[in-house]
Amino acid sequence: MRLTKWLVPTLYIVFLLLPIYWLVNMSFKTTNEILGGFSPWPKNFTTDSYVEILTNPVWYNGYISSISYVLINTVISVSFALPAAYAFSRYRFLGDKHLFFWLLTNRMAPPAVFALPFYQLYSAIGLFDTPWAVALAHCLFNIPLAVWILEGFMSGVPKEIDETAYIDGYSFPRFFVKIFMPLIASGIGVTAFFCFMFSWVELLLAKTLTSVAAKPIAAVMTRTASTSGYELGLLAAAGVLTIIPGAIVIWFVRNYIAKGFALGRV
Amino acid sequence: MLELRDVSKVVSGEAHISHVSLTFAPGTLNVLLGPTLAGKTSLMRLMAGLDRPTDGSVWMEGQDVTGVPVQKRSVAMVYQQFINYPAMTVYENIASPLRVAGVDRATIDRKVQHAAELLHLTPHLRRTPLELSGGQQQRTALARAMVKEARLVLLDEPLANLDYKLREELRAELPKIFAASGAIFVYATTEPSEALLLGGHTAALSEGRVTQFGPTIELFREPADLITAQTFADPPLNTVAVEKKGAAFALDGGLVLQVPARLSGMADDAYTLGFQPHHLSFQPRTADAVSVEARVSVTEITGSESFVHLDFAGRRWVMLEEGIHRLEAGETVRVFLDTRHMLVFDSGGRRISANGALAA
Repeated sequence: MRLTKWLVPTLYIVFLLLPIYWLVNMSFKTTNEILGGFSPWPKNFTTDSYVEILTNPVWYNGYISSISYVLINTVISVSFALPAAYAFSRYRFLGDKHLFFWLLTNRMAPPAVFALPFYQLYSAIGLFDTPWAVALAHCLFNIPLAVWILEGFMSGVPKEIDETAYIDGYSFPRFFVKIFMPLIASGIGVTAFFCFMFSWVELLLAKTLTSVAAKPIAAVMTRTASTSGYELGLLAAAGVLTIIPGAIVIWFVRNYIAKGFALGRV
Repeated sequence: MLELRDVSKVVSGEAHISHVSLTFAPGTLNVLLGPTLAGKTSLMRLMAGLDRPTDGSVWMEGQDVTGVPVQKRSVAMVYQQFINYPAMTVYENIASPLRVAGVDRATIDRKVQHAAELLHLTPHLRRTPLELSGGQQQRTALARAMVKEARLVLLDEPLANLDYKLREELRAELPKIFAASGAIFVYATTEPSEALLLGGHTAALSEGRVTQFGPTIELFREPADLITAQTFADPPLNTVAVEKKGAAFALDGGLVLQVPARLSGMADDAYTLGFQPHHLSFQPRTADAVSVEARVSVTEITGSESFVHLDFAGRRWVMLEEGIHRLEAGETVRVFLDTRHMLVFDSGGRRISANGALAA
């Protein structure tokens, strides 16, 4: 009994981590070794793939543009969602519940539907192939999500706190920044994390709306695979580096995520 | 001086407050007494300026402040829930209204220390409200209301969520703490006994209306109408419908009782009699006490007293009797009604005070 108590979770975790281990394993091998046969750990340990990625501008620019549109998107999403979520949580207005649900339906549409209109529109106004194009396109999914998550956290704060602050003499902006935002700090953290993650892993719009200058890392990976044959070691290293930013962000918000799930909004 | 002039508040077609006119003098303690949903909180929100009345106006020191936002008014408010800023320390919580007002550091420190001293919060100033007990959290909220030195202090059932001992303790301290400030002090409560303990003036509320406003003890002893008497009775006021014929009241249970001499001028009509639970007893207290047969439905024993719930002619009566009385449900008992303090209401619910005159 005691054996199964830790055996089952251990097997499960091993099962989940196996592909990630294999990716890391591959990233330290040469392409010949990867294609040569099965080896559970690198025989000729090499960091050449990482060196290549960190020194070749074609590779590292992919990371820079990915990170820049993800950050722009996260900042826009959170700063627009904060007042919107506050309105949904504190005021009753005509059609508020329908509007709130409509926001969520935006997440149900496949991104492919929006790829063509965005492509045409951004080309026409000169936003095509800039980080702003991708960042704005991702707002379509992330602002509704951010409003939805933040509203849950804000509704957990009693309205009387707002009123007490007004009675104390706080103006609305001052109250919002000094009293209210610290109260939902964990909610803002969780929201930023989800915006970051969705924007980071989204590929279709990011690929469609960029060509050379703002090419995201995922697009760089697929192109390298097709032009220079099978550079599997290099691809594996790029994959590992793609996981790292997400892992770092998860580390920071790990304690708050559970709260977000508990609110049923994530 | 705070004046409400014919104030009404309608929320989506429902009248929360209807035609309330009240005047509170500076330095007075005013209790808003009424059951849940009577409109106590709604009325306080109108006084504070958190809500705008649908009709009527609010005047402060002779100025119309109806549309003035709450930030610009001299108001402090404490809620039933313990409302503090959880992200700040207790010190910062208390200092908050002074910081916003731009008071200098030394003055803030002096006032916060003084308030903390009075409310026994000095050892907790560096902690955050959520690390404190419920009583201490509410003391923090009270301290914040105190340092502001507002001209109007609104306390919305501030002690309702505290345990019995803390409630007793704080209730005794509260009027003293705020008395020095000369502010108008408004205290909402659902408990008649709390209103009596606080004293001052009381406005009895029922369904958004003020049924009577005056010195607390006067409301208790001489309610103007049946609703006020019922609001001000805990346990509930016992009532019975009677028909006056000449010198006798005919009770609908088939009994007849003498009309007291002080009420002999009343016209023959249908009336409602009201009497407190302690006016019923197993032994007659006076020679002219009326004896009544009623059925026991429940007996509650509090330790030294018994509340006996009786069923009389389809009405539920409560008798408060000293000592422990174990009675079976369904048992028929003979009880005596002390008619000296009986309240008489006409068919419209107005109280008849003496010789048939309607109470003012």
